[in-house]
Amino acid sequence: MNWGEFFAMKGYGFYVWGSYGVALLIFIVEIALVRHKRAITLQQLRLLRDAEKEEEGTT
Amino acid sequence: MAINWFKYSAPSTFYELAGKLVPWFAWSSAILFIIGMYIGFFVAPTDAQQSEAYRIIFIHVPSSIMSMFIYLIMAGYAAVGLIFNTRLSSMMASALAPTGALFAFISLWTGALWGKPMWGAWWVWDARLTSELILLFLYFGFIALHASIDDPRRADRASALLAIIGSVNVPIIYFSVKWWNTLHQGSTVKFTGTSMHVAMQQAMFITLAACWLYAIAMALSRVRSIILERERNTQWVDELPEVAQ
Repeated sequence: MNWGEFFAMKGYGFYVWGSYGVALLIFIVEIALVRHKRAITLQQLRLLRDAEKEEEGTT
Repeated sequence: MAINWFKYSAPSTFYELAGKLVPWFAWSSAILFIIGMYIGFFVAPTDAQQSEAYRIIFIHVPSSIMSMFIYLIMAGYAAVGLIFNTRLSSMMASALAPTGALFAFISLWTGALWGKPMWGAWWVWDARLTSELILLFLYFGFIALHASIDDPRRADRASALLAIIGSVNVPIIYFSVKWWNTLHQGSTVKFTGTSMHVAMQQAMFITLAACWLYAIAMALSRVRSIILERERNTQWVDELPEVAQ
């Protein structure tokens, strides 16, 4: 079996790789979104804390 | 060894535990995916009727199963949160919803790509397909309802009701191929056994296990951010090294 034949999937390549490609893309995007969400949440917590500190400093 | 399980129902301890567990679930999921795909593409034989197109099964069936199971687990957590007023259960329900929705979408997408060459149609309004589409909309409804209410505890309660009522759809999806004449085929894998080739079964179940581990890793990672967000006024959050820096 050569690779060209493998990717052709006997004419069903579009359907098979279209399925797995999109599934993989969704997994990658979800992982990226979850990591991004964590970074944003931590950043917000720090900003909130700094704002509170500043307020304490001025009063 | 006595483990105090209630200890982990406190968001602060669960946050830490989830952080330790995520890498284990994530890496074992990745390894199982690779093994499952290897068996699915290089070991499992070509199907006599569907040629190579049948290989879509190794992602289609696991993601369909996941979309239904995650919904029930989500509704279960939401119900526990509603009945016992436990914050963490409601947070878990919120953390599971996006992953469940994505699996429902993958199920529909791969189903369309399988339906086109086999049935000649991307989509038919068949009971199985329609009820799975409703499942996707229920996930969207849960997420949107939760996001639309400012007070998180009220949002938890309202969306919990939606999740619980919507769970009636899951048995409808499962039994749709028996109750109605559907274009979608019946279950190949039954409790009484299966007619599938052994390598096909292995590929499918290993990928299913990988999907489970993936879903757990995603839900645990997501719930950690939700915990931080909703516990931001507490001292333990302020004292976390990742926040204190």
